[in-house]
Amino acid sequence: MSAIPVTPVTQEWTLPSRGRVGMLSLIIGECGIFTIFVVAYIYYIGKSLSGPTPQQVLDIPLFNTICLLSSSVTIWLAERQIERGKIKAFAALWALTMGLGIEFIIGTALEWHKLIYLDGLTVRTNLFGTTFYALVGLHATHVVIGLIGLGLILLFTLTGHVSEQHTERIQVFALYWHFVDAVWVVVFTVVYIVGR
Amino acid sequence: MADQTLPIGGSLDITPERSERQTLLEWLQAWVVTVDHKRLGILYVVYSIFFLLVAGAEALCIRIQLMIPNNHFVSPETYNELFTMHGTTMVFLVGMPILFGFGNYLVPLMIGARDMAFPRLNAFSFWLTAFGGLLLYYSFIGGFGLYGMGAAPDVGWFAYAPLTTKPFSVGHATDYWALALIVSGFGTLGTAINIIATTLSMRCKGMTLLRMPLFVWLMLVVSALTLITITPLTAAQVMLLIDRYLGGHFFDAQAGGSAIIWIHFFWIFGHPEVYVLVLPVFGVASEIIPVFSRKAIFGYPAMVAASAGIAFVSLGVWAHHMFTVGMTSVGNTFFVLSTMLVGIPTGIKIFNWLATIWGGKVQFRVPMMFCVAFLFQFLIAGLTGIMLSVAPWDWQLHNSYFVIAHFHYVLVGAIIFNIFAAIYYWFPKVTGKMLSETLGKWHFWLFFIGFHMTFDTMHFVGLLGMPRSIYTYEANRGWNHLNMIVSIGAFIQGIAVLVFAFNMMHSLRKGKEAGNDPWDAWTLEWSTPSPPPEYNFATDPEVYSRRPLWDIKHPDDPDWKYE
Amino acid sequence: MRPAHNYGHPIETGVPRPPHEPMPWVDPATNQTPSTNIDTKQMKSIFREYGARAAGLSLLPVLLAARSWADGPQTTPSIFAPASTPANSIFGLSMFVLGITGAIFVVVGGLLAYAIIRYRAKSSDDASEPPQIYGSVQVELAWTVVPILIVVVLFLTTARIIFAIQDAPKPKDALDVTVVGHQFWWEFRYPTLGIVTANELHVPVSTPQDPEPTYLHLLSADVDHSFWVPQLAGKTDLIPNHPNETWIEPQHTGLYYGQCAQFCGVEHAKMLLRVYVDTPEQFAEWVKDQQQPGVQDPQVAAGRQIFETHACTNCHTIKGTAAGTFGPDLTHLASRATIAAGAAMNTPADLHEWIKDPDHYKPGCLMPAMQLSDQEIDQLVAYLETLH
Ligand code: HEA
Ligand code: HEA
Ligand code: HEC
Ligand code: CUA
Ligand SMILES: [Cu+2]
Repeated sequence: MSAIPVTPVTQEWTLPSRGRVGMLSLIIGECGIFTIFVVAYIYYIGKSLSGPTPQQVLDIPLFNTICLLSSSVTIWLAERQIERGKIKAFAALWALTMGLGIEFIIGTALEWHKLIYLDGLTVRTNLFGTTFYALVGLHATHVVIGLIGLGLILLFTLTGHVSEQHTERIQVFALYWHFVDAVWVVVFTVVYIVGR
Repeated sequence: MADQTLPIGGSLDITPERSERQTLLEWLQAWVVTVDHKRLGILYVVYSIFFLLVAGAEALCIRIQLMIPNNHFVSPETYNELFTMHGTTMVFLVGMPILFGFGNYLVPLMIGARDMAFPRLNAFSFWLTAFGGLLLYYSFIGGFGLYGMGAAPDVGWFAYAPLTTKPFSVGHATDYWALALIVSGFGTLGTAINIIATTLSMRCKGMTLLRMPLFVWLMLVVSALTLITITPLTAAQVMLLIDRYLGGHFFDAQAGGSAIIWIHFFWIFGHPEVYVLVLPVFGVASEIIPVFSRKAIFGYPAMVAASAGIAFVSLGVWAHHMFTVGMTSVGNTFFVLSTMLVGIPTGIKIFNWLATIWGGKVQFRVPMMFCVAFLFQFLIAGLTGIMLSVAPWDWQLHNSYFVIAHFHYVLVGAIIFNIFAAIYYWFPKVTGKMLSETLGKWHFWLFFIGFHMTFDTMHFVGLLGMPRSIYTYEANRGWNHLNMIVSIGAFIQGIAVLVFAFNMMHSLRKGKEAGNDPWDAWTLEWSTPSPPPEYNFATDPEVYSRRPLWDIKHPDDPDWKYE
Repeated sequence: MRPAHNYGHPIETGVPRPPHEPMPWVDPATNQTPSTNIDTKQMKSIFREYGARAAGLSLLPVLLAARSWADGPQTTPSIFAPASTPANSIFGLSMFVLGITGAIFVVVGGLLAYAIIRYRAKSSDDASEPPQIYGSVQVELAWTVVPILIVVVLFLTTARIIFAIQDAPKPKDALDVTVVGHQFWWEFRYPTLGIVTANELHVPVSTPQDPEPTYLHLLSADVDHSFWVPQLAGKTDLIPNHPNETWIEPQHTGLYYGQCAQFCGVEHAKMLLRVYVDTPEQFAEWVKDQQQPGVQDPQVAAGRQIFETHACTNCHTIKGTAAGTFGPDLTHLASRATIAAGAAMNTPADLHEWIKDPDHYKPGCLMPAMQLSDQEIDQLVAYLETLH
């Protein structure tokens, strides 16, 4: 058996990073879940048979939104720092990101507390309650998962396990956080602007 | 030619000698903790074949009950559980895992990679899927809480709300249905992500996207489709559980909720899902037909484009399952058009396979026999699909046995036939042994005859007005004899499946040695020893065309000259 | 464990009638008592054609054969024996589509058969590989364009029929009926006539001189159901919170069979449905009967007493006494040929068994066994028997 014959010129061989591809795939999948919840929310706007209505009880969570969206900026800055190997700056920005995320969750918790105990709106109350808690809750769950990831990475950083060579992984994780923020824009628009 | 080692990486076996004496526990442990894509692939396939037997046995019970009118073989409750579990099992625990199993095993080998992109995620996904299956079947024990025996889900595999809401579906059977599918759904999602990352990021040198074997292409398309297909189901099932456990009102008509929206959500998943099942077997056929026709696949770029086209169009046709729910005439018309459009890329695929056979030298080995039967059956199934897409006619055919016939023609006549083809084709690679050709021919002919008796006849029962999901029927409707034929056919299929199971077990021990390349094939997996060593390729292969082994076997006339 | 059920004897004949009353709406000319005779004849023709099919022919001849029995009501509710306007146009469309798909099958299937026979490897072949052909853009284009044209034709034809059926203008003198699906029975209300009945729908025949279609408003009281009488029209679902509408315009009098076509729970299989198509005179007479309040026959006062003092009244209406709505209206129970949506015949014996243990005929149905003595049930049955 002869070896491979004179072959055509072999080109450069570069492939996309599997981490990025994997994370982007996950994000596409997540979009599927969110789309269905958003569609259900929109479909049921104004279909509740009893109160309370969104107009009566929802306040626009402006501060929360600003916090969450700016966390996208801080995480992006953090990515910049780790690229350059500045671990301290990275850790500081990373912690700031986490802080902003935690603020968002606290804000949501306060909002729910008010809705449940002051306005008497629960999942059972009416269609608005069902769809509201489902959609906002789904997003909040994602924020919590993100926070756990952020927390772990912060822990590794503080214990000195993170260095410049982990840039790639950290950027992949950051993609997820950007996604969670981007989804909030949709949820915010649908729930607090269109639905109100 | 067959047994020569080809000068692509696999010739060097660098796996360390495994110690000969392995205790059962060690052996078990090795399989449970494995992250090797080949072992996981085998686990998937074995798992699915097990459930094929289970769901097949359920189908046989269905057919015994319907053999004669007013039969008392099972109670109505049991019958409803049987067809629900049969459908759910076949789709989620047989079809999907077996195809992802093949993907797992073959994709890395075919693209010259040593493993999947995320081996540990891969193992995790498998065990999630497996756990989902167990959860579904656990409902036989736990469906009514722990008191009172067995209550499996009995709401149909489409589980239309509000039948699934608390007032109409007491006990926990429906919860098991939703939970089990959510769990196995996450497993599937993980595998899909893995396959996408593997095909995009792990190809060996020279394996450009347009040189990937069509099977790999199809797995890539399917995985992408899976991402946006499984997730809507997961979302809808979460909503169902919110309704059932937290008292939500998504599907609660009393509180203004909508029954229609569930139907939409289910079919937004359900329709692309059937293409998730069929596209991988298109890939299988695209590997097997060229090899046994001894010709390169005809119109490779068109095949790739058509597959992507099918996947894309399939996202916009779901409401053809809903022509009877009372959509507007404009809505119905739109879905008629989008559904019929699928016929065009599918036709392209059929014609390309036909053109591949045309002018070849067709060897009728068992894999090829299954593939040719697939071509015929898929043609018919597709045409009955077109009949169903004619909305007014569907108002008659919907939920009748004609639909059951249509989709078994695809699910069995196309998918199961191709899965058998795939097993006969790759079994030698996976185990190092050939499956018996004689038993294989028995298996083929029995299954072929049984299949046609069962599912051809079902069309007529449907045209004569027999609805699906009924546990019994009146004696004077003119369906009696036809149902008898259907049932007999099912039993012949059953015998064929037993022949197949026997063949596997027998050949595993006593089969002929396969060698590296028993079919004289052209894709990379055939360059490795059978079974392939743990790391697949000792050195990273490098390819220059779609058929690397053809290039090596025909140095005077390699493919890369033409591409 | 579940109790072992013995669910009822089969209903062997198609047109049973209450023993005590002639059914004026049965047209002897078209509604012959179906015998096994017809059955086997139909079966034979299918078998003959089935053989032809197995020989590789298209479905067409079978279905054309099916057409030849299509001149009125059948016990086999074949969709190829239409007897009403929408069903007729669907039939025409289906034949057209069948023709086209049949032709595609013959051409493509023929090519495939030719290819595998002509190009199979022969023992006389040498070991060389056949010429490798990688593809051809022209050919590829050809088999893209031709299907596109076929799809255009199919689509336009289909669209025309969709609009013709769904958007047909409703004539002023159309009859309105509200159909309510229940687990596992049908409620029929005639709002303009003040009639409420169950499981057996009566509509007038429509003639060219006096076209009188019936418009059905479809509602559901619980889960999804689907109204399907194959010979009269395609099916339309009954969905809670989502009123639907469909219409029929039958051209032959007689009895048509149908059943619920959307899985709706345990007894979905026994949610049968009958449509009696009456001549205008018969229909008028039926309407007059149904508009009467419940008969008050002093001879069966004992049974009436039991009915009114037991929970029956919670679920059933008998105009003038009880007003429950969970179960079928019984005001004119005796005018119906079957009970419990076709699960049993309306005979004293079956009624007795039904009241004693509804699960006997319909295991899992929503009427409870009322724990009455046999004697009480006999009195009850005697009373129910008087409710023409
Ligand atoms: C793998 C599975 C699979 C596949 C591939 C298909 C393929 C198709 N299916 Fe099928 N279908 C199912 C599985 C599948 N289906 C299942 C499971 C159900 C029922 C679910 C349930 O209710 O439980 C169902 C139900 C179903 C319905 C709903 C019926 C009802 O409930 O009322 C419809 C209606 O349009 C339909 C249509 C089609 C069409 C048009 C195709 C097309 O993709 C077919 C395309 C192929 C061809 C057309 C043949 C080849 C083409 C040519 C030779 C070219 C020339 C042809 C033309 C120009 C027409 N299917
Ligand atoms: C991949 C999918 C798939 C496959 C392969 C099959 C295979 C078969 N199906 Fe299935 N079927 C569905 C998917 C599938 N089905 C779905 C989705 C539904 C709809 C469910 C719903 O409405 O909710 C359905 C519904 C369905 C019905 C309608 C029920 C109803 O509506 O009332 C019927 C009726 O005949 C049927 C029959 C069969 C038969 C005879 C086979 C045969 O081909 C099976 C052949 C295999 C065997 C016979 C196995 C043999 C095994 C043994 C003999 C050994 C047994 C021993 C041990 C377990 C150790 N199926
Ligand atoms: C809890 C409610 C309930 C009670 C109480 C009840 N029924 Fe029923 N009944 C039903 C329902 C529901 C059906 C329809 C069953 C089906 O077809 O699935 C029915 C059907 C019937 C039918 C058949 C009607 C037809 O046209 O098909 C008769 C007769 C009948 N009931 C008589 C009685 C009598 C007599 C009593 C009292 C001894 C009684 N029912 C008590 C709910 C009830
Ligand atoms: Cu009502 Cu099925
Ligand atoms: Cu579909």
